[in-house]
Amino acid sequence: MLDLLSNNEYSVKKNVHSYRQGDLFIAHDVNSGSLHILDEDTYEVLKAVEELQEASKQVNEEGIRQLLWQSGNQLTVEELSEIVGELGELRQQGTLFSREADQVLPTYPEKPIVKAICLHVAHDCNLRCKYCFAETGAFGGSRSMMDLETGKKGIDFVLDLSGHRNHCEVDFFGGEPLLNFGLIRSLVEYGRKAAADRDKTIKFTLTTNGILLNDKIQEYLEQEDISVVLSLDGRPEVHDRMRPFSDGRGSYAKVTPLIKQFAAKRPESSPYALGTYYYVRGTYTHFNPDFDQDVLHMADLGINQISVEPVVASPEAPYAFQEGDLEKICEAYDRLGEEYLSRRGQDKEFNFFHFNVALDQGPCMIKRLSGCGAGHEYVAISPEGDLYPCHQFVGQEDYKLGSLYAENPNQLKEEIVKSFRSAHIYKKPLCRECWARFACSGGCHAANVSFTKSLTDVYTLGCELQKKRLEVALYLKIKEIQHNHNPLSLV
Amino acid sequence: MAKHIQTIVKANLSSTVKTGGCGKCQTSCQSACKTSCTVGNQVCVK
Repeated sequence: MLDLLSNNEYSVKKNVHSYRQGDLFIAHDVNSGSLHILDEDTYEVLKAVEELQEASKQVNEEGIRQLLWQSGNQLTVEELSEIVGELGELRQQGTLFSREADQVLPTYPEKPIVKAICLHVAHDCNLRCKYCFAETGAFGGSRSMMDLETGKKGIDFVLDLSGHRNHCEVDFFGGEPLLNFGLIRSLVEYGRKAAADRDKTIKFTLTTNGILLNDKIQEYLEQEDISVVLSLDGRPEVHDRMRPFSDGRGSYAKVTPLIKQFAAKRPESSPYALGTYYYVRGTYTHFNPDFDQDVLHMADLGINQISVEPVVASPEAPYAFQEGDLEKICEAYDRLGEEYLSRRGQDKEFNFFHFNVALDQGPCMIKRLSGCGAGHEYVAISPEGDLYPCHQFVGQEDYKLGSLYAENPNQLKEEIVKSFRSAHIYKKPLCRECWARFACSGGCHAANVSFTKSLTDVYTLGCELQKKRLEVALYLKIKEIQHNHNPLSLV
Repeated sequence: MAKHIQTIVKANLSSTVKTGGCGKCQTSCQSACKTSCTVGNQVCVK
């Protein structure tokens, strides 16, 4: 078995992630997606193999034992042989040290199939959130509202470009989209009819800060089965510091009762964003690396679908992460994982978005390689009808894909489409070597561009956070399976 | 029964290179700022 590992073509570090989380030693076989629990000796053997490979030394039992002895582990020859034997059996089964599939790249038709759009119905906002990538709603331009003609053209655009796909997605985004609620109503009505005329359906979602979420609007969203992402950062002082009104007052007291009221209407929301769902989404920054306390605060409010994400900020921003934050953030994920476990089946249990990993129904390798589809499957539309690869690129002239008012609005700028299509993980040098590559898909294009000015170089702090979240998520998956006494076999 | 290793999930992700790629899945957002759904926690609709 060790002959494989002496072969420089197979890197254990890249293809088997072994780590300690909580009371478990875990090995994640990256290429097969299999998961194993190890005893401590086996964990140390795998780490020794990694170390020998990294030092370009021969991987054999003698070398492993030497390294283990240096660290105080006096594993006997017999015990090591036993462990190597078990590792070999798993290799034979294809669940450990499995090889990476041959590189099969996603193939696309020449003309992009756009199946989802983000309609920026309002480039204005009733809050002045300090970390807003939309520069408090205006996206670097003037404050403006989308009109009905542009909105309808946007719906026609996705119905046209979705080709043979029957299911399209339209997200109402801003700024604050509820500032243009009349347009939303008109476009839902128009969209449902226009889709039905073509034997298609549209799934609508809305991303809102909750300020205008009155009874009438809540009732409408329920009636129309519109999925909703609501913004709340957590504890009052944390939320108010970053999400004030224009006069500086915090918005926590205004939005929290409305968000709670709405969340209570959808107690069975899918943690995988299926069907009609809600999610409460927050952002954590340098000011609250103990964001686990914010998640728990929301769970204590009775909100059970929670997503809290790291801020993406210019290094000079006061709220940008600083040296030393990463360790605190990782500790917060660890604490949150344990609390998540202890609340399972109890009052105030919650789903935390980044801990949801659908190992048994997860996406195929092709999807994992290609990521979000921004710039060719997904397009954002500004109030003026300009087209961009995603909502985070709106207003960036270099990334403008076209316009709904161009002579041929369905013609997207080929060069940009091509650059996004080819920004998959095989084109990203750091991703090629990373064990988390098939769960992360190379990260967010906008964050990568913002930090590295390139679609194929990655935002490395984001990588570290992604890896930590995944470690905890896999650990929780194992705990859940152990609890059910039912190992998963997906082969 | 193995003494040192317990397999919890036996999977064969690589095989989906041949079976996947239909493109019917819901749109994901790697920064999760829109749909709150990244590839890592998406489900296959096939």
